[in-house]
Amino acid sequence: MAEYIPILVFTAVAFSFPIITILISKAIRAGRFDPVKAEPYECGIVPASEAFDTRFSIRYYLIAVLFVVFDVETVFLYPWAVMFKKLELFGFIEMLVFLGILVAAYIYAWRRGALKWV
Amino acid sequence: MNMDLRADLLALLPELTLTAGALVVLLAGVGGGGRRHGGLAVTALASVGLTAIALKIAVDVSEAGRLFFSGMFVLDPFAVFFKVLFLLTAALAPLLSRDYLERHDYRPGEYHSLVLFATVGMMVMASGTNLASIYVGLELMALSTYVLAGYFRREVKSHEAASKYFVLGALSSGVLVYGLSLLFGELGSLDLAAMAAALGGAERTPTLLTGMALLACGFLFKVAAVPFHMWTPDVYEGAPTPITAFLSVGPKAAAFAIFLRVFLGGLEGLTPYWVWLVGGSAALTMIWGNLAALTQDNVKRMLAYSSIAHAGYALLGLLAGSELGVQSVLFYMLVYLVSNLGAFGFVILLESRGYAGETVADYAGLARRQPLAAFGMLVFLLSLGGIPPTAGFMGKLYVFAAAVNAGFVWLVVVAVVMSAVSLYYYLRIAMQMYLREGQEGEGAEVLAAPWTARAIGVCGVFVGIIGVYPAPFAAAARTTAALIGVTLP
Amino acid sequence: MLDWLVAHVVPIVFYTAAVLVVAGAIGVIWFRNPIHAALSLLATFLAVAGLFVLQHAEFIAAVQIVVYAGGVMVLFLFVMMLVNVRTLPREYQYVRSLLPAAVVTGGFLAAVVAAGLFARSYLAAADPAALTAVEGQTMGNTEAVGWVLYRDFLLPFEVVSLVLLVAMLGAIVMGRKDRREEDAGEEAR
Repeated sequence: MAEYIPILVFTAVAFSFPIITILISKAIRAGRFDPVKAEPYECGIVPASEAFDTRFSIRYYLIAVLFVVFDVETVFLYPWAVMFKKLELFGFIEMLVFLGILVAAYIYAWRRGALKWV
Repeated sequence: MNMDLRADLLALLPELTLTAGALVVLLAGVGGGGRRHGGLAVTALASVGLTAIALKIAVDVSEAGRLFFSGMFVLDPFAVFFKVLFLLTAALAPLLSRDYLERHDYRPGEYHSLVLFATVGMMVMASGTNLASIYVGLELMALSTYVLAGYFRREVKSHEAASKYFVLGALSSGVLVYGLSLLFGELGSLDLAAMAAALGGAERTPTLLTGMALLACGFLFKVAAVPFHMWTPDVYEGAPTPITAFLSVGPKAAAFAIFLRVFLGGLEGLTPYWVWLVGGSAALTMIWGNLAALTQDNVKRMLAYSSIAHAGYALLGLLAGSELGVQSVLFYMLVYLVSNLGAFGFVILLESRGYAGETVADYAGLARRQPLAAFGMLVFLLSLGGIPPTAGFMGKLYVFAAAVNAGFVWLVVVAVVMSAVSLYYYLRIAMQMYLREGQEGEGAEVLAAPWTARAIGVCGVFVGIIGVYPAPFAAAARTTAALIGVTLP
Repeated sequence: MLDWLVAHVVPIVFYTAAVLVVAGAIGVIWFRNPIHAALSLLATFLAVAGLFVLQHAEFIAAVQIVVYAGGVMVLFLFVMMLVNVRTLPREYQYVRSLLPAAVVTGGFLAAVVAAGLFARSYLAAADPAALTAVEGQTMGNTEAVGWVLYRDFLLPFEVVSLVLLVAMLGAIVMGRKDRREEDAGEEAR
């Protein structure tokens, strides 16, 4: 387990960094309230609506689901990539089949207009 | 390695063919406004036909009893029997759906390809000899059917069906996987043969038994047995009727296939523990399924409870466990498949209230208006009820005989009593059709749906032949079950 | 002090992670602000990744972070952050089926806890050398996963691509309007 000590230290530093940053800025800033500051993205997109008051489009979910599907696909590429040489041509063709099926899914999504924000 | 791979791919040929067919249907269905109902249904049918040929080739070429893909896949007669059942279902589904989809105006491309993908999943399940391949096959089937249940997106009921099915189905998958992980932890393998071997010397720890129980719960959910049946009536009522027909036979048969293979193959050593669990569930299923069906007015809901009850009868064969038991489940699945698809075919053909679903009273006076349709429906209902000249009687006879042989007399008594009860609700429809006068200009009429009619015709022929001359079908089931002892791990 | 830490690093990490997992799970249903609920779910995900590391399943730990802490959390937060989220109103309702649900869930939990209590100690059984030695060669966890996944588990792996395809297809079918429906909508406007 000793080889994980650096990772533990790294994790501890990573977690303490935002906490310390927030505490320091809280200590030295001037605390004036502004409604704009309370928005989810202070300098970004204006929120579309209030949650629970209105219904919002299923398209948000559609994009998110497509993202997760390709995220999972990427996960399968990691162990394949590290073993690429040992798996030889067999592994290459195998991954081509896997990706080919997902490319078919992608072509379908594209032609069906699922990637357009209408 | 190369020679192995060649043999592996040949054994997988049916699944590969069907996957290719599903992709063709999917991509062909996108263009041209996506409304080529006839063409896409024919393409789906053609890919099922090609798959049947591929299955024949795969069986001829492959060595009997050999394991493929590093012990993940087997092409034994047991798997082949179920694959034939699935392909029959997959061939009847586009026939039943074609007119229905056009009438309700939904895209046929995704629909037919999802049916084919679900069938690929079921075929992988039937051949799986490793819990990993069984599980991914199960998920492929389940995901496809969740979407199909909610396919009619302009109908609130269809949404309800899909969300209930998805949430409960995902939960049951979680329970199933949890059971798998406990079994894996205790037995050290997901391979059924290795599990059976490890079970020989393994202590019966609580962890092992919990894993087995959770696995059984997951499977009982998939076959819709009480007390894991709650999703069935709502899903069967809300899903598009051809999908209800498909769900009630295909995925159910697939669930029985893995139930038999895992519990009689891998976990046979634990029989004393699961037998009371499955037996209790079978008794409850037969009692509750039939009693609840009595009070239903909606025809689809009634058939949903009827399908729950039929799962209970089929569980008797699993409990019997012997060759005879396995054989009786296989035969029962075939009989139930053609009877139930036929009955649902008439529900589709007689649809008169749009998506709301017909009540039993809508069939009043049908015999006078449409004598042929009324007679056909009667045949399928009698078969579901298990009345002698039809296939249903033979199916029940085999299952009950197997259960008596194995010493489950009390369960058979329950089954016979509940079969008698079931006649009441099947004959209630018959009574409406034959003895009641329908209101003028009201009630169900036969719609112009030539494709659906063809599917019903196929089912009718099967029900008739199996009922009068069951020998060849029973023989097919028998040779399959005889070989299960050899090839089952 | 440091010696003691190094000697007891396994139980320390295990119990910290275990407490985080359970506390995070409770937080998900406890907090009324959806963002807080989502963040406690994130804590659970990360702690589970820690447990995987403890079992020498480094690859699974990485997947846990990439897919769950990354992908699935994005799914939740994406929707929440595009709309203003207030704290969920306090509502009390009596659901008739609450009692049976509680009994079933409680029974399930009891079974799981019992299974855990009587389980053999897998912690002791997990020998990293045995896990990463494939055909006589010692390799990293990711390599070992790749070796098994792309050879022995070839068939399930390829079926997974179909599962992903169907997941995508399902999302589009359920979430996307038919062109004809869109046309009808535009005419109505």
